[in-house]
This record gives sequence, structure tokens and C-alpha cells, in this order.
Amino acid sequence: MLWACILLPQLALDGVLRRRPPSDEPLVLVSGPAQARIVHAANVPARAAGIYRGQRLIAAQALLQQFEMVEHDAEDEARWHRLLAAWAYRYSAEVGLYAHAVVLEVSRSLNLFGPWPRFESLLRDDLQELGFRHRVALAPTPHAAYVLAGVQDGLAVVAPEMLRDALSPVPVARARLPVEATQGLPSMGIRTLGQVFKLPRAGLQRRFGAELVAQIDRLTGDEPTPMDSYRPPDAFEQRMEWTHEIEHVEALVFPLRRLTGDLAAYLAGRDGGVQRFELELEHRSGPPTRVTVGMLAAARDASLLFDCARGRLERLALHQPVLAMRLVARDLPPFVPAGRDLFDTRPVNAVPLEQLRERLRARLGEQAIRHLHRTVDPRPEKAQSDMAHVKAATKPETLPRPTWLLDTPRPLRGPPPDVLAGPERIETGWWDGGDIRRDYYVVRTSQGQCAWVFCAPGEQGGWMLHGWFA
Amino acid sequence: MGQVVALDSLLHSRQVWQGRAAPVPATTQPTGWPALDAALPTGGWPEHAMTEILLPADGVGELQLVLPTLARLTREGRPVVVISPPYVPYVAGWEARGVVMSGVDIVQADEQDVLWAAEQCLRSASCAAVLAWPVHADDRSLRRLQVAADTGKALAFVFRDRRHAVQASPAALRLELESTPAWQVRVRKCRGGNPPVGAVPLASGWS
Repeated sequence: MLWACILLPQLALDGVLRRRPPSDEPLVLVSGPAQARIVHAANVPARAAGIYRGQRLIAAQALLQQFEMVEHDAEDEARWHRLLAAWAYRYSAEVGLYAHAVVLEVSRSLNLFGPWPRFESLLRDDLQELGFRHRVALAPTPHAAYVLAGVQDGLAVVAPEMLRDALSPVPVARARLPVEATQGLPSMGIRTLGQVFKLPRAGLQRRFGAELVAQIDRLTGDEPTPMDSYRPPDAFEQRMEWTHEIEHVEALVFPLRRLTGDLAAYLAGRDGGVQRFELELEHRSGPPTRVTVGMLAAARDASLLFDCARGRLERLALHQPVLAMRLVARDLPPFVPAGRDLFDTRPVNAVPLEQLRERLRARLGEQAIRHLHRTVDPRPEKAQSDMAHVKAATKPETLPRPTWLLDTPRPLRGPPPDVLAGPERIETGWWDGGDIRRDYYVVRTSQGQCAWVFCAPGEQGGWMLHGWFA
Repeated sequence: MGQVVALDSLLHSRQVWQGRAAPVPATTQPTGWPALDAALPTGGWPEHAMTEILLPADGVGELQLVLPTLARLTREGRPVVVISPPYVPYVAGWEARGVVMSGVDIVQADEQDVLWAAEQCLRSASCAAVLAWPVHADDRSLRRLQVAADTGKALAFVFRDRRHAVQASPAALRLELESTPAWQVRVRKCRGGNPPVGAVPLASGWS
């Protein structure tokens, strides 16, 4: 077994930062009761000014005149944590959640994604894209990976016999042992894990309880680690909230890109697609504005989802400022990737046809794209259909048929035309009340157009134009 | 007149047209009309470019002109997009001329969205040919289509009324259809050569 641990040192802060466009303004997360507010996290510009985690808010305000304050929301942080677990599920079937970290079993994933250095950079690229600061470590036990990730970024221990050597220099304070041991051991002069390993187990157990010994056994792999494996939920729901009101649709584009990106990461994790999802824009009062985004086929490409949602959103007129946006996807059908020809000659930057269709439908309307097929009905009005359930004709049409059809026939104006062919009588449709009785002719007009016209049976006049042989 | 410029330097600076155009490579997109292929300098539709077709009226054979090409492309499995046609394409008639209708996307767009949709389709590089019927198109918007066709390596066909013939056009090929006295096509402009003087007669046939 090999476990990768992804430590997320700034989970709460990243969760806040990623919902707003990148900026250099100092920003601080605050928590604690109203009388004793403390800094929960600070971004880079705020830290440069001397603000640190755990500082009193009053002290921070003395250091820096103006910075943005956001209330820390533990529930929000947990949501990001679960999102990252869903993302990690893409790479491994066994994913566990530790405080501020995600661990995943990767020994079998390496067969699929390549050796660890390549796999590691894959993980890092994804996290970079999602906008989370991270530290990654690899070890034969999940707990060891968790400890090593806290000590040094990028540490990888592959062989189990090397694990003790790698863990030995780790200070006790950072070994994530039970609290009383973390406090008690240094006062006994024991400062590193290597020294702890050398101590007699019986004495350790008597002094600090069975929990510490079990923890050390799990750390070194002498005992298996019990783990609640993460299972992704069957629906996706993500919400973004702002401290200010957003009045223009354009300002929603950046958060929307994040939301659809998260949805794509989640879908990739469970190897599914989405065909229909909803955007809810929450206002100060009144019901939320709902935008339904539907696609022709299940999709999971981040840029496609973003394109579709953006097209729908841009057509929206906002009546009230938006306070929060929620993306809900309940219907998650299996995703069937479109095959692409090995010898495809299209340029690399080509937009796939499916994505193009979605883009057109997003702006022009749901019914903008039609595929017509011929039906078995002989009546010209019903001889073709774009409904998939209408049966298609299999025998080729042998009679002359025009290339343009008029939606509704109209009288043919101008001087009398020359008859080129005809008549062809179409007399049918008695079964559904739409019966017709017409003689169809091919005529040439004085302008030189070939027209498909009909008149009452037995007559040659009173021409009704029904199509062009264009 | 005091300065004497050597002829060689003038010629080498490539500012003097010498009347011999570089030979244009033959296209891989024949029109399907041998007479028209022979009249065009590239021997077919200009590749990755826009062709403007000017019409005296609707239904004068504008589809006959392009249907052989559409039939060839759709039979090869390459998608074709038809954007806001003036009438409903009649499947029986298109299929009789060899077009595989499952490869034809018919897009209904408003007047102001026709050019946008055409540009998106051309630029996407996943359409082999795009047919569009814009109502209002100026020189600028047509140039955008021409650039998009070049980017997406697609054939663009724009159908417009004959009265726009006086406007300058950025199209690589400009054809004008005539239905009287006979069905024929006049080449108004073609890239890579002089347009043929007379009209090119096409075999007339409505079936």
C-alpha cells in the first residue's frame, strides 16, 4: 500500500479567495466571539503587513489601516474539504479525510497514471487549477504520509523499510500524536520520533495510555489504519456567497467559472456526466432566480459546462442584486466520451462539434438546431420531421421533389408559368383529418425559377407555390 | 528627377507588379460543375475561404450550385451547417442529390445572430462547410467571416441579393447567378487570377 497525502494548509482562505477574481488587496478571515475577534487566516499581502493567524483583530487593525474582513465559516470549509475528496476520488477508490488533508491510496493508481513523479505533478496541476494551496507527500501508511506532508512538501517514501528512517528526525511536536503525548514527551527530553521509537512500549503505554502506542503502530505500518472511505454523494451542490451585492451579470462570470470547474472535477471523480443543472441566484428578498442549463448529451468538460452556463446567464436580465449563487446538479447520467478519429485532420485548437452546438443553443435558444429526416407520410407538409420518434422512410423518393419548401403554400404571382412536368396527384390524409387533394406541377416562372406548385385537381390555374427547385 | 533609382532595386523591393501572378495551387474542393471548375483559377472553390453568391431572386438554382459539394462532404462524414435558410430545406430533394441529411445541422437564428452563428461555426474548425443567408451584412462583418473561414479551415458560402454586387466584398470568390435567358453564373471576383469575361453556362435541370 502506498498513500499520498494532500495537505491543505489554507483551506478556509483558499475557499474564500477562489470565489473572487485575483487581487492584491489584503484580506483576513476572522473568527471568535464578538468581544474577542481573532484572525483565523490572512492572505499574502496581509501577512506581508505583519498580520498572522491567531492575532487579535484589534492588533491587526492597528498594523494595517484597511483590509477586507470575511467571517470564517466552518461549514464552508467542510464543503471545500468534501469537494477535494470528490476530486481525489477520481484518482483512487480509497480516499480518506483528515483534518486539513485528504489521503488517497495510490499503489494501484500508479499503474494507470504513471510513476509517482508524473502522478504527483498531475495532482499538483489539478489543485493549482482548482485554486488550492497544497503540500503533497507519499508514504506506505496514511498516517505517515499525513505527518510527512506537514514536515516537508514533496517528500516521497516508497519502501516500507525506509519509513522509520524518514520519520525519525520529525519533531514530536509535529508528529500529530495525542495531545498529552505531544506536550508530555518534550518535557521528558524526547524531541524526535526516532527517540520515541526507541523507548520501551510497556513504559509508554503505562505513562500515556494505549492510544499513543496504537498511533505509533499505525504510523510505522505495524498495525493497519482503520479508515472511513469517502463515498461521493449522488448529487452535486455548491454555493458561493459574497459579502457585497453583485448587480451585473458580468461580475458573475468569474465565480461561475469556478462553480462549473468544480462540477467538472466532481464529475470526473465519479466518472459521470451531467445533462441538466440549475443555477440559483439568491437575492436579498424574494424567490431566487433560477436558470436551467440543459445540454443535448451528457457532458463533463469544464469549458463546455462553463460555455453553456455563461450563454444562459448572459441572456438574463437581473432585477435584483445577487448575494449568492448556487449550482445544483441532481440528474447525473453516465458519461460516454465522444470518439475521435486517430487520423483526424482538424486543427488542434478545434472546438468539438458537440461544444459548438451547445454554444449555439445557449445563445439562440433550445430549439435552434434541427436535424430533418424524411418520413413515410406522402403529404409534403408532413414528409419530413425533426422529431426522433417519427419513423424515418427507408425507400428513396423517386418523384421530382424541390430543395426548398415553403412553410405555408402561397399564391404564385406574375405571368402564367410554363409547365415543365406534371401533374402528380397527392390525395391522402383522410385518417387524421388533414386530408389533401392536389395536383402538383413543376413550372418555370418568367424570372427563370423552377417552382413546385399545385392546383385543384383537373385544373391548370390558380397556382399555389409550395417549393423551389433551387 | 535628380534621383536615379536602379530598376533592380525597385523590382526586388516587391513594390512593382510585374503581371505574372504566382501560380495558385489547385484546390481539393471541386464544385462538382466541370464548366465552373474550368473557369476558376484554382479549379474549384477557394479553400479555407468565403464564397459569396449573389442571387436575382430566391430559388434560381443557388442550391444546385452547392449541393454536389455538400453531397460529397456529407458522404465523407464531414458536418455541414446551414444557418437561417430562407425556406425549409426539403429533405427528399436534398437526398435525391446525394446529401446525407444526418450530417446537416439546420440552425435557426435571428437576423442579428446569423453572422455571429456563422462565425462561431467557421471558427470552430469542426464544420466542413457553412451556408449562411445574412440579411444585413457589411464589409466588416463579411471580412470577419472570411478570417473565420481561414482560421477554421472551412468553406463558407454566403448567399445575398444581387443588389449588393456594387458593394466591395472581402470574399475570395464572388459569383452572380443568372436565371434568364439561361441558367448561368458570372464570376465577379476570384482570388488568384482574372475573372473569366463571359458567363459560365451550367447545365439546366430541375430534377
